[in-house]
Amino acid sequence: MSVAKEFTKGLWKEVPPFRLVLGLCPTLAVTTAAENGLGMGLATTFVLVCSNVLVSLLRKVIPGKVRIAAFIVVIASFVVIVELTMQAYFYPLYKVLGIFIPLIVVNCIILGRAEAFASKNTVIPSIADGLGMGIGFTLSLTFLGGIREIFGNGTLFGHAIAGASFQPFSILLKAPGAFVCLGLILGAMNWISARK
Amino acid sequence: MSDYLLLIVSAVFVNNILLVRYLGNCPFLGVSNRMDTATGMAMAVVFVVVMASAITWVVQYFVLNPLGLEYLQTIAFILIIAALVQLVEMFLQKSVPALYRSLGIFLPLITTNCAVLGVAVLVIQSEYNFVNMLIFSFASAVGYGLALVLLTGVRERFAVAAIPVHFKGTSLGLITAGLIALGFLGFVGMVH
Repeated sequence: MSVAKEFTKGLWKEVPPFRLVLGLCPTLAVTTAAENGLGMGLATTFVLVCSNVLVSLLRKVIPGKVRIAAFIVVIASFVVIVELTMQAYFYPLYKVLGIFIPLIVVNCIILGRAEAFASKNTVIPSIADGLGMGIGFTLSLTFLGGIREIFGNGTLFGHAIAGASFQPFSILLKAPGAFVCLGLILGAMNWISARK
Repeated sequence: MSDYLLLIVSAVFVNNILLVRYLGNCPFLGVSNRMDTATGMAMAVVFVVVMASAITWVVQYFVLNPLGLEYLQTIAFILIIAALVQLVEMFLQKSVPALYRSLGIFLPLITTNCAVLGVAVLVIQSEYNFVNMLIFSFASAVGYGLALVLLTGVRERFAVAAIPVHFKGTSLGLITAGLIALGFLGFVGMVH
């Protein structure tokens, strides 16, 4: 399989939160605004690409029986790097994302890609796979965050875009809105795919 | 005593770990198709969450804090959880085969259930003492089980309902979870 194909599969065919239904917790929790979704997506992408590279490099060294534990250590190390960097340079975003930054460790997308892809492939395809999946995840979170922000708050990336007469659906910013919104997007994606 | 009661009500209903805090959603949708798997998962979660929170609490306050290694929290906690799940699995297989048969297949899944790590981190962030930690983690896990069983009860009925084809499966599961979450919003304000 070509490198380009590994990259693009994460963007539509296997886009993580919508198609594979993995990594739902951050998808639901942090997407109250497009900006938060983008931040979470980029943090996850960084961890995903780095862990894919390292797992791919070490794939011949790691014994099969302890591979999951080894992958988790690799992932957790990069998560700590992200956590400390965000605390130092992006403190407001760090406050908003809160507990979901350490929880990147248990985001099943990252462990899933390490196990399903990086542990069986060389470095270059692993980078492509990680970048594609990461960007797909980032776009999905930004999209969901954008929808919830527009309808729930009348803004997009913090800029007011709805008129003054707009009554925001504040329920969209709460938990039920997150679940229903994601459910409707999944249904819409099934519908679009079935028409092709 | 009333403090403990408030803590329990808050963790089970007001801040339900699944429907309000959004922790542990992947297995939530994965195992909520059949009641027997849902109850098995719920019991396994209660078991592991309480044990993991107790051990990580001890490690945080007696190892990481005195040594000034707080920044290793994430790595230490996830390793403890992964090791604990392995040990519990081996112990149950050897000593309590009956329990192993009902919980066994769910245990490996639990390592990546963010509810476990989430509760462990929340306990530290909220600065609970040991007793409050035990109550909070137990009540949170019970809240998880409650939400899981509620959703499964609804989803089992989907088998006999006429559902638009594109919404079958996870899509409608999420919308149902949203409606249950709407019900749980009614508890907001009961406990401050």
